[in-house]
Parts: sequence; C-alpha cells; structure tokens
Amino acid sequence: MPTPLVVSDVAKSFTMHLRDGIKLPVVAGVSFSIKAGECTVLGGPSGAGKSSILKMLYGNYAVDEGQIIVKHEDGLVDLAHASPRTVLAIRRQTIGYVSQFLRTVPRVSALDVVAEPLVERGEEREAARGKARALLARLNLPEKLWALPPATFSGGEQQRVNIARGFITGHPILLLDEPTASLDATNRDVVIELIAAKKAAGVALLGIFHDHEVREAVADRVIDVTAFAPGKLAA
Amino acid sequence: MTDEPLLRVSALSKFYGSRVGCDNVSFDLWPGEVLAVVGESGSGKTTLLNCLSTRLLPSSGTASYRMRDGQFRELYRMSEAERRFLMRTDWGFVHQNPADGLRMTVSAGANVGERLMAVGDRHYGKIRATAVDWLSRVEIEEDRIDDEPRAFSGGMRQRLQIARNLVTGPRLVFMDEPTGGLDVSVQARLLDLLRGLVTDLGLAAIVVTHDLAVARLLSQRMMVMKDGRVVESGLTDRVLDDPRAPYTQLLVSSILQV
Amino acid sequence: MTDIATYNFAYLDEQTKRMIRRAILKGIAIPGYQVPFASREMPMPYGWGTGGVQVTASIIGPDDVLKVIDQGADDTTNAVSIRAFFKKVANVAVTTDTATATIIQTRHRIPEHPLTAGQVLVFQVPIPEPLRFLEPRETETRKMHALEEYGLMHVKLYEDIAKHGRIATTYAYPVKVEGRYVMDPSPTPKFDNPKMHRSPALQLFGAGREKRIYAVPPFTDVVSLDFEDHPFEVQTFDQPCALCAAENVYLDEVILDDHGGHMFVCSDTDHCEKRRADGHRGHLAPDTHPASENMEPAQ
Repeated sequence: MPTPLVVSDVAKSFTMHLRDGIKLPVVAGVSFSIKAGECTVLGGPSGAGKSSILKMLYGNYAVDEGQIIVKHEDGLVDLAHASPRTVLAIRRQTIGYVSQFLRTVPRVSALDVVAEPLVERGEEREAARGKARALLARLNLPEKLWALPPATFSGGEQQRVNIARGFITGHPILLLDEPTASLDATNRDVVIELIAAKKAAGVALLGIFHDHEVREAVADRVIDVTAFAPGKLAA
Repeated sequence: MTDEPLLRVSALSKFYGSRVGCDNVSFDLWPGEVLAVVGESGSGKTTLLNCLSTRLLPSSGTASYRMRDGQFRELYRMSEAERRFLMRTDWGFVHQNPADGLRMTVSAGANVGERLMAVGDRHYGKIRATAVDWLSRVEIEEDRIDDEPRAFSGGMRQRLQIARNLVTGPRLVFMDEPTGGLDVSVQARLLDLLRGLVTDLGLAAIVVTHDLAVARLLSQRMMVMKDGRVVESGLTDRVLDDPRAPYTQLLVSSILQV
Repeated sequence: MTDIATYNFAYLDEQTKRMIRRAILKGIAIPGYQVPFASREMPMPYGWGTGGVQVTASIIGPDDVLKVIDQGADDTTNAVSIRAFFKKVANVAVTTDTATATIIQTRHRIPEHPLTAGQVLVFQVPIPEPLRFLEPRETETRKMHALEEYGLMHVKLYEDIAKHGRIATTYAYPVKVEGRYVMDPSPTPKFDNPKMHRSPALQLFGAGREKRIYAVPPFTDVVSLDFEDHPFEVQTFDQPCALCAAENVYLDEVILDDHGGHMFVCSDTDHCEKRRADGHRGHLAPDTHPASENMEPAQ
C-alpha cells in the first residue's frame, strides 16, 4: 500500500504570551503514517491533542519540531516547513479536511459552499453544483435549504454541508474531525458509507470519532494519541 | 498557476525623518493571492500599502512587478508616466473613503468608463455597455448609471469604486480598509462581493485592514505589523488560529465574540 | 507721439514685453502648451481681456493694423475700448476690416473671412485649463498634460452624451493640438473650431488672471475631441442671416421688441456689412439701400 503521509517526531506547544509566556505543551514525538485505502483513527481522551494533530497536518497549526512528509504532485513535501503558498496548493490538491464546525460566509448558498472546493480545482461551476446537489441529497439535507446560506442552519444541517464540502473532491488524503458528532443515526450511516467509498477509491483517511459505532465501522487502525503526551518533555 | 510571483518585495523601508513608517518588509505575492496586512493604526500598514502602490517612495528597498509581457520591472525605477499607466490599467486602488477614489461630480457610468477612455476607448456605446455590465456586477441597478455618486449610499459608493477599479481587468488591486466606515450588514455584502470578484477574476490583492474578520474572509495569507515591522506572517487561518507572536495573540484575543 | 509721452509704447515697459514675448515664443515652440507668465496689472478689470491685451501689446509694432472684436462685433464696448486704448498708447492704425488687419484681438469668435498668412489672431482667455472643471488641482492637471493623460477630457464629453443624448458642449470645445496637447480654444463657439485647423494665421492665447499664454502656430493640426459613434459636428442654422442672407456663418439671436420678435444675424459684424455692401439682402434688411428695392421687408 502506498504511504501518502508520514509524520515523524512532531512536537507542538502553545506559548501564552499574554499569560507571562507560559508554555503549554500539547504533543511531542508524534510519529505515524497513514495508508491509501485505509481509515486510520486517532484515539485517546479529550485534550490528548487529537485535534491539534489534525490541524498541524492541515497546516492550520504551526509545528514546533519534526516533519510531516506529504506526497504532493509527484513529489514529497515537508508540510511542517512548507511556504504558505505550498500549503495552499496541498490543501487544494492533496489534503481535504472536514472540520468540526462549518465556518460560514455571509450570502453564499449551501450549494456553493459545497461546490467551492471543486471550482477551486478548476471544475466548471455548474458541473460542480450538480455534484454538490447529489451529495446534499444523499446526506438528506432538505432541498429547500440548498439555496440558503448555512449560517442559520441547525448544527446537524451545518455539519452535513461541511461533510459534503469535504467529501465532494477526490483529494487523496482526507482528514475528519468528528464529522458525525451532531448527526442522527440515518445520516451517520450515510457518512459511514461515504467513508467506505473513499477507502475503496484509495483515499487515505485520518479521523477523530468519539462515536464508538462509527469508529468500529470505519477504523482499520487506531493510533493512541496518549503515547505522544509531552510528559517529561514539558518545560 | 505560474511559477513566478507577481510582485517581489525586498527589504522595503520608509522613514519619516527619524520616525519609522515601515521597516525591512519583504514578501512575494503570487497571481490570484490575497494578502491581508493587519495591525492597529500607526503600525505602518498604510505606509507599506502606499509604498507598494508607488503613491509614496520608500527610503530603501526594492519592489519588482511582473508586467504583462512577463518581464519584472523595478517599481521605483520606472518613470512616473509608466507608474501612472500601470496604476490605471494593471492595478487598482480601493480607498477607504470612496470620495478619494471616485469623481463625485460625474455620473456613475463615467466613473466606471474613465479608465477605458484613459486607455484610448473612443466608442461611447461600447464604453456605456461595459459600464452597465460592471455596475450590475457590483449590484448597482442600471437605472442609476447617470446618477452622481453623491446621490449614493456609502456601500454603493464603495461598490462603484470597486467597479471603477476593475473595469480594465487589473491583475493586482490594493485595498485600504475597504469596509471601514460601513454598517455591518453593508460590510458583509461588500466582503462577499469582493470575495466573489477576487475568485472569479483571479485577482491578486493586498488588503490593509485592522479587522481580523475581514482578513479571515478575504485573504489566504496575512502579515501582522507593529511599529512598522512585520511581527508575524503566514497562512491567514494559521495566524488567526495559532498566533505565535505576542502582539498577534493580543490582537486575536481582543476580537469580540458575537 | 507727444500725446503719449507719458506712456511707454503699447503701454507695457520693455522688460515686460520681452518677458511676454519669451512666453509667446515658448508657446509657439510647444503648440497647445500653457506657458506661465508674469501677468501684469492692466488698466482694466480681469475678464475684460487683460491677457489678450498684454499679448497684443507685446507683439504690436508701429506699422501694424489692429482690429478688435468682441463676440464677432467691432462695435461693442470692449472692442471699442481696446481699439481706442492701442490707438492711444501705440498710435497704430485700427480697422474693422478683417482682411487688412495684421493683428486681430478677439473675444470669443474667429472672423468669418478666412485669415491669411502673416496675420495674428489674439484670443482673450478666461480659463485656459480645459481639465479644470473635472480636476481642480493645478499640480494634477499639469501632470496630466505632461504625461498626456487625457481620458478625463472624454469623461466630460461622455457626461454630455449621457445627459443630453449628444455632445452638448457648444463653446470652449476641447481640441487636440498637433496630436499632443489638449487645449481650450477659449469660449469660442465650436462652430469656429474647424477654422483653427491648419490656419495660415498665427493664433495666440492670453489669460491674464490665470497668467497663462499658449499658441497655435500657422498650419498646425487642431482636432476637436469626439467619440467614434458621436463625431464632432458644428452648429447649423436653419435660416440665413436676416440682414445679409449669409449661410454657413455663425448667427446671433437679436431680440427686436417686447412681443417675442427676434431675428438671427451674423455675429461677425464686419462680414455682414461687407456682404450688404456687396448687395446681399436678408429678409429683415432695411430697404434704405438702393440694392434692396425689390426686397420685401417683414413687418
């Protein structure tokens, strides 16, 4: 199995300058890799740093130490030290991300929120909207909501828009931060099917799932994040 | 995607006597990229913007711009005629106060058409048709085309200013607090419009703002300035979600939550 | 010359005349370019032709024959006064005849009789800057001229068409001189613009209050600005001159009574008189002249 993402010896801490510069270590010595066609799950209690790891892999958090090697456009890139422009290219082409919460933009319809990543990758807007419609229908989002901006949607509705936005593209790596947290059983099953389809398509998935059922259904491998606790490394 | 940046800025400094305007600023800007420059008033962001747009000459440093023919030209070595030509064709400048960027006593249509006439368009019908098209793109009704901007609301004026700047298909637009002084709802509409135009036209933009929400919505990259220096830069969401410099942390922690 | 002993020839002192001549020469060398000059106080108010008078005073010589017109007329206050002024301070010959004049100072008209090589037409100019009403900053308009940034001039014409459906500017209609400088031809009717183009006469412009001199040398291209789909055109009149029946000349409306009676007559009084002397008769011409026997005057 090809290995599209390798994390080695990554460490992360927050320095709180507004609180006399205290340093809050988050994780250290993070090393693992994920495989194409597999869903790897980050396990461990809240506060263990699961979300932080995902955010570092997406370039959303800075990395203090270590490397994140990504297979991007026929080459290998160290995301931990990549320029902002490279990170943007990786996000556009290689790594997709379903965040816990949808960040809405005023006046942009749910349909366009979902279609946007495809348009950014150069797909025709109408074709992208077609795919977005299909995906939103599959996630049982009422059609009357499609043309509305998601700002006023319920948590579950927003989450489905978010999932559709993450799943619509063919990114070879997909990061999932609790995508099923606020979904009912029916839609949870839809997400499980979507993940299975991604696996079948050779996508490498890395996710955080607090929901046992979902985790059982999708996980090929669980990485225990407590192993990366900074412990004695803490300053 | 091209492999070359549109604008290369290297060690740009501007001093007002012994006071620092901006100090040793360097960055590259690629086509289609929106860079937000944030900081409080007096941080040097407007000085930087004015230097980059050649409205002000820096004390030292260089900035080179990739012209439409693919050649890099050193901005501060260009003749004034070349710079002004660039300014009204390949560049745009959106002022915070629309009155600074519009001709308040000529009609909306003429405001949009001026740049076309400046580059030699001499067909009234075509100029007017282009003006109508651009007014609709910034959501101004066609029947307002012969009204003067004096009769427009603040938000409309700002949208008109944007149309006036974009009509010649610039590749780089400078914006100085484009949503400053507007009501929140008007701001949201303008931001959304700007965001759409920037994406559709593949514009590169440098947006000066003190509003982090504006930076989050419009830009992919961000530079935080304090006392004339860049204290932090990077991906916009990285800087805002994981601010590292003390000053950036202060800025981010000062955002009011709604 | 004894009666003018208290004055320098042509009123201005020699230093001033040399300064103005330098400005004029520079203007001729750069057709259409506004040359700043140290305009002097003249014994007349601003707006009465102080710029034109200083230009005339600087170029006039004892052998010159001066004609002065005000909106085409030789007999209005301004024209009469300026003519009298130069007769007094330069002791030159004066005339109302366009053809025999060597210098013609004008306020807002170009004579109908074609000018010839060797003649000088001196325009009185109130506001020399054609860009002024759209761009109030002098620093900026000078830069625009220097860099040949004339888009703004078409903005003005655009506004005309947008408001009136056509270019409604009828006087002070902007022109481009020798393919370079945009120039205000002074508030002459645009009817006269074509006469400036490749004119054999030297055309000088003086703005006293604004302290600018500019020039159009003989046989210089003077092209009126326009749009491709709204080309420049001059005013046309649907009737001939009521006095001399001239067509294709610029006409003034003259009110005859309190009951709405009016007539259109030549604005160029010299041209009109010459035509009448040659026997041309309009429908309102007085029948005192022998050649008008068979003309029916209207009531």
